[in-house]
Amino acid sequence: MVIDAQPVLDRKAVRAVARETRRNENEVQKRLTSKGATIAAIIIAFVWTIPTFGLLVTSFRPGADSTTSGWWTIFVNPNFTLENYGEALNSGGTALTLGDSFLNSLAIAIPATLIPIAIATLAAYAFAWIPFWGRSAVFVFVFALQIVPIQMALVPLLSLFSKGLTINGVGIFPGFTLRDADHSFATVWIAHAVFAMPLAIFLLHNFIAEIPSELIEAARVDGAGHGQIFFRIILPLSMPAIASFAIFQFIWVWNDLLVATIFAPSSSLPLTQTLNSLSGSWGDKWYLQSAGAFISIIVPLIVFFSLQRFFVRGLLAGATKG
Amino acid sequence: MAGTVAAGSPQMDRRLSRRVTGTILAVAGVLIVALFIFMVTRAPNDDALPVSLGFSLNNFFVWIGALNPLVQIPIVVVVFGLVIGAIVLLIEYAPRPGRIYFWLRLVACFVIPFIAFMVLRPYQNAAVYIVAIALLAGALLFFADYRARQGSGYAFQLALFLAPATILILVGLIYPALSTVVASFLDKTGKEFVGLGNYVWVFTNPDGFWSVINTLIWAVFAPTVSIVLGLAYAVFIDRARGERVLKVLVFMPVAISFVGAGIIFKFIYDYREGQQIGLLNAIIQMFGGQPVSWLDAQPFINTLCLLVVFIWTQTGFAMVFLSAAIKAVPIEQTEAASLDGANAWQRFRNITVPGIRSSLIVVLTTITIASLKVYDIVAVMTGGRSNSTVVAFEMVNQQQRFQSYGHSSALAFVLFLFVMPLIVYNVRQMRKQKEVR
Repeated sequence: MVIDAQPVLDRKAVRAVARETRRNENEVQKRLTSKGATIAAIIIAFVWTIPTFGLLVTSFRPGADSTTSGWWTIFVNPNFTLENYGEALNSGGTALTLGDSFLNSLAIAIPATLIPIAIATLAAYAFAWIPFWGRSAVFVFVFALQIVPIQMALVPLLSLFSKGLTINGVGIFPGFTLRDADHSFATVWIAHAVFAMPLAIFLLHNFIAEIPSELIEAARVDGAGHGQIFFRIILPLSMPAIASFAIFQFIWVWNDLLVATIFAPSSSLPLTQTLNSLSGSWGDKWYLQSAGAFISIIVPLIVFFSLQRFFVRGLLAGATKG
Repeated sequence: MAGTVAAGSPQMDRRLSRRVTGTILAVAGVLIVALFIFMVTRAPNDDALPVSLGFSLNNFFVWIGALNPLVQIPIVVVVFGLVIGAIVLLIEYAPRPGRIYFWLRLVACFVIPFIAFMVLRPYQNAAVYIVAIALLAGALLFFADYRARQGSGYAFQLALFLAPATILILVGLIYPALSTVVASFLDKTGKEFVGLGNYVWVFTNPDGFWSVINTLIWAVFAPTVSIVLGLAYAVFIDRARGERVLKVLVFMPVAISFVGAGIIFKFIYDYREGQQIGLLNAIIQMFGGQPVSWLDAQPFINTLCLLVVFIWTQTGFAMVFLSAAIKAVPIEQTEAASLDGANAWQRFRNITVPGIRSSLIVVLTTITIASLKVYDIVAVMTGGRSNSTVVAFEMVNQQQRFQSYGHSSALAFVLFLFVMPLIVYNVRQMRKQKEVR
């Protein structure tokens, strides 16, 4: 772009131009945040918050009240209690209480976040910085694997874990004997790691590939191998991407119902499963479910708020280019 | 003799040796396949027991499974960290030139595959072949690495970088996907071949038919509505006072599980005789209308009600993503346009939207795939009653309740076909972007 404006020498003119610019800027600012838009935004925010607010109110209402009248009657007839939370933590499905399954959820979600990220970062580095034959084709293939619906992989994977692999009567892999284990999460970890792989490699690759090649060249000249480059340069620099994917993966695993239902033994079921069965067989214990739902929401919210400064920066790499 | 290459010259040597290398690699590959075929055609031996080296993956999982869930977290993280650390160390040291590193590579190439296979506890009658295959694969890797054009150590470190992800993808995605495709042509028990019978079932049986129709409705409305709302909201609150708070309010549902969302919306959709405790029916009653049983209302009304829940959770995701993209559009462009007299809509249409195009594609793809795979909302809220079922739910339903793997696999394949165009479009887009760069 060539700028060919006349140089302004007159001080008065300079001030006038500056004033004009400021005025225009103010105008732009004002028009971008117009009244109508603000009102529309507030309406959306209100509508979006009402359902959660209703749940919050219900979780503090006595059970007898919330099964007979709507939560909004609280404004006419205030009546609060903390009992629901205590009762919810100590009741649950057939095998375990909500409190137990809260621990299970933690034990599932933390390793199921760290394992796929480490593996995917290794692979993403290779795709970004080690040239090899057919690299871009393989990368596209990995991306395209998102096409495989989780549900499609569930049954074969489950039978691989429990019955092993036998081809033509020759047993190659006997499967895991986890039936008697108290709290076994191994298969759930593996399943989550597998299903996270294509998206994780794709997102991390986008970020890692954008790291300036001068940095890597310089390290190589200084005698660093791929191991050191990976550990000392790539890992620290791609922390925003890693953290933002970690948020997603953690929230995803924490909120997952399907994978855990299929793979977790009954004593290892996570919060979502217990929460779902908390309503009682006649759906008459909603007040417990509402308290339980709030307990389950807290953890992902904490994770999100503690890592959110990385969040958008990391996910947008490679996507912001028009 | 100018112009020709004399035999014995280094150039000729290299070309020859390349061919020799290729031949040796091919022979070794064929040998591995042959060994595998030989192994699986042996007479089955029902008395065979698993063999191990005294430790196995199974032992580890059983041992850790007996511990308290909270104790398991640090243990598994540390053990896994050690494995990854070992891989990174090998990557760093093994490719170096020198006699010691040569031996390091050689040993690693044989020991790692051997241990990797042995921790899986192969059966006695297969163990010999499996060990042979493992060692042969190690030798193959070592040889390929030794002769690599980029110098020895190159292929070795590449293999280490990619091996963990490759194993997970092969075992967890490609093998199951292939076996699902096969199962979709077999009957309930998985033994009789039924041709396209399962696919005919998908499109003729009411459950299968409605699941396909509803999934299409989901895939059309969920992404469009949540992106339009999310984008509008992101634009409205851009640079407004209290932007952060307004963002958090709409983003919050993203962190809520579908199970939680299902519970939340029970208090909206609930229907009963007498006094209503569901918000929607209470409002209708207030205006003198008749309460409706929303989740049983057919056709399509209940599906739309479920869609609302999904949109409620996805709008925040679209908003956060697109808001960041909007902020990346240079402010000068918008200002210049507004000085040229473009109104808000024109600025949005001609500057913001083109500026965030690729982000829009990413969000559209993600939400569409999520809506095609939706399971939890349906499972929690209606359980597929009153024709509100979707493909992903019906798949699990057929499997769990009716043990009908054929039907389930056919549904999975239909879902796969639905997702395909999206991925193809994205891959094209990716290719284009690469060319631009």
